[in-house]
Amino acid sequence: MFKRFFGGRSGLTNLALLAILLFAVLPLSLDIFRLNLVGKYLTYAFVALGLVVLWGKGGVLSLGQGVFFGLGGYCMAMFLKLEASDPISTKIQSTPGIPDFMDWNQLKALPAFWVPFKSLPFSLLAVVVVPSVVAFIVGLAMFKRRVGGVYFAIITQALALILSLGIDGNQGVTGGRNGITDLRTLWGWDIRAQSSQYILYFVTCFLLLATIVGLQWLLSGRMGKTLGAIRDREDRVRFSGYDVDLFKVSAFVLAAGIAGVGGALFVLQVGFISPSLVGIVPSIEMVIFAAVGGRHSLLGAVYGTLIVNTGKSLFSETFPQLWLFAMGGLFIAVVVLFPNGLAGIWDLARRQGWSKFVRAKAGTAAADAVGLASTLSANPAKEGKS
Amino acid sequence: MATALLAAGSAASLAAGPPTATVNTTGLAVTDDTVTVGQLHSATGTMAISETGSIQAEQLAIEQINEAGGILGRKIKIIVEDGASDWPTFAEKAKKLLVNDKVAAVFGCWTSASRKAVLPVFEKENGMLYYPTFYEGLEQSKNVIYTGQEATQQIIAGLDWMAKQKKAKTFYLIGSDYIWPRTSNKIARKHIENVLKGEVVGEEYYALGHTQFGSLINKIKLKKPDVIYAIVVGGSNVSFYKQLKAAGITGDKATLLTISVTEDEALGIGGENLVGFYSAMKYFQSLDNPNNKKFVEAFKKKYGDKAVIGDVTQAAYLGPWLWKLTVEKAGSFDIDKVAAASAGVEFKEAPEGYVRIHDSNHHLWSKLRIGQWSTDGQAKVLYESELIEPNPFPKGYQ
Repeated sequence: MFKRFFGGRSGLTNLALLAILLFAVLPLSLDIFRLNLVGKYLTYAFVALGLVVLWGKGGVLSLGQGVFFGLGGYCMAMFLKLEASDPISTKIQSTPGIPDFMDWNQLKALPAFWVPFKSLPFSLLAVVVVPSVVAFIVGLAMFKRRVGGVYFAIITQALALILSLGIDGNQGVTGGRNGITDLRTLWGWDIRAQSSQYILYFVTCFLLLATIVGLQWLLSGRMGKTLGAIRDREDRVRFSGYDVDLFKVSAFVLAAGIAGVGGALFVLQVGFISPSLVGIVPSIEMVIFAAVGGRHSLLGAVYGTLIVNTGKSLFSETFPQLWLFAMGGLFIAVVVLFPNGLAGIWDLARRQGWSKFVRAKAGTAAADAVGLASTLSANPAKEGKS
Repeated sequence: MATALLAAGSAASLAAGPPTATVNTTGLAVTDDTVTVGQLHSATGTMAISETGSIQAEQLAIEQINEAGGILGRKIKIIVEDGASDWPTFAEKAKKLLVNDKVAAVFGCWTSASRKAVLPVFEKENGMLYYPTFYEGLEQSKNVIYTGQEATQQIIAGLDWMAKQKKAKTFYLIGSDYIWPRTSNKIARKHIENVLKGEVVGEEYYALGHTQFGSLINKIKLKKPDVIYAIVVGGSNVSFYKQLKAAGITGDKATLLTISVTEDEALGIGGENLVGFYSAMKYFQSLDNPNNKKFVEAFKKKYGDKAVIGDVTQAAYLGPWLWKLTVEKAGSFDIDKVAAASAGVEFKEAPEGYVRIHDSNHHLWSKLRIGQWSTDGQAKVLYESELIEPNPFPKGYQ
């Protein structure tokens, strides 16, 4: 049982290192502004964890995970916005008591689908359930028809475009391009205060580690083994009598639900959500986080997310005009030299010893690289990021 | 405390400014000879092309202020941050500038979405933002000075002119699908129907980035409106005007008024596709007054002869100057004092002519001009209004 949850002794050591980093090293060494940023990055890590299950284990690449992150975020934001729009603080509006953007769009009453989001338990449930249901419907429709590989990736990408355009185009009920902004309190608790930001950071870390342990358990069992088999030889698994589609749908739903939790935590820490977090570019970025960290490793995905985002913040602060080139260079280097990401480097180095590893690496890298580089060839979009 | 006062005192005698302890009581990044401000625009991403002009104008203004001796004896230092056309990034960088760098003012943002993203940060951390873009209104904050026009300033006088000069009765409203065009057209419709007693014969919205306007053009041809009122933005603009021209809807045959084309956009669209159409703006590069001549000359000297200056670029140039005048009026860099002293601050050397900050709503009193485009991408100014009072929450227009 121990082995299944933590991945044996070395797995436990690695997990403990991450826990120490998140719970002790970072909070003690960073000021609240930076810590809050790390908290924000960690919410993307939920998406990356989902991708490890779906893409790393199951071999199904989704370029639309931003959809589920966004849906979770919007569910949370709708509750917070309703709480911030009480009749007293919105009394200058023509219709007090509804969110400000609805008033600007001449809505006179709250749309019906907003009403349930007045309830916190409902909203929290929706954070997981809404993305999962969408993933279930899309997944079932795709996988039952044997749509896979590149075609699946394209359809998920279209999904991301549809949702972000849909939000854009219905600004009266969604807040449109500006998104849902100016969120203040959660059940009367000021989420913008410094103390709340500390608490939300630790809640995020705790949920993240719990998710890792849970996924570790799941992946080391039959689910993980079957997913791996599907990835390597789908038809053999199918002919052996397994319902391949159902396994893929489950992985997709799982990844979506986890992404939704990340989205909700993002909203709590950043204080707003907008369609720019739902669309194609963020969805691809999230794949990059997983790729840099190592798509086969849960912990790798977390480190990848942290490193890429820290790099993004630091580079962009230091070189406001040039930072995108630095980021582009980093991705190319990782993809070409280390196709299994940072986790791949770590594993290989530990097995071979560092000096031998460095020598061996130079020779094999180029050959290994071609495979992943072609999977990721959609990623140059990142350089033109908007 | 004694040493701090002593140091401040000696610096005051050097820099001829008042001591730091008296002009900065809240721990902003103000030393005896410098004051630090932030600049937060998109240097990368889809918005970079639009925001570059604002970045340049703000830097020019700050350079000129420094050459003239700075503010309260202190030179301005700039920390530049890139919002990367990404709203969460804007919020992150705004927080960094206010919390970590403790800047005394921020000049930045362009789109409404980026402003909406940073607004809670400025209000929570108590910072001062100078926002340059003409926008939809419906907002007012102690922590923001809006140096561009809000919707009513840009719309009403323009429509009045059309009704008077062109005897226009029917209007076709077109916009990109987001809050600014929608709010603007809402105001336009109310004004057309209630005040001008005219008729809106069509109102249509297209997603940002939309490039196929064929069906719209057919509808326009069918309805034959007196005025096409267009608020199309970004990349869509280029296709929109090219397709209009290809369909034979040109300046000599139809009347088109837009509030979304400045010299910057004209550069991308091409003057030949705009000839004869009208823009309603508070500023055009061709404005003939001594302030503007000086400004255009300085801008071209710094950024090259080919540089063009649009409405927002000029509004961005006002930001640092208005801040300087306000700080000098307040005698302090403290945010609360600057916010309070903003009311009634006048800037007589503005390239657009005289501007003044409104007594209560932090927007500017400004004039509206109608310009007619020519092939070289410059507009000829045909009309200039009186100073118009900013009214971000217009009664009867909502």
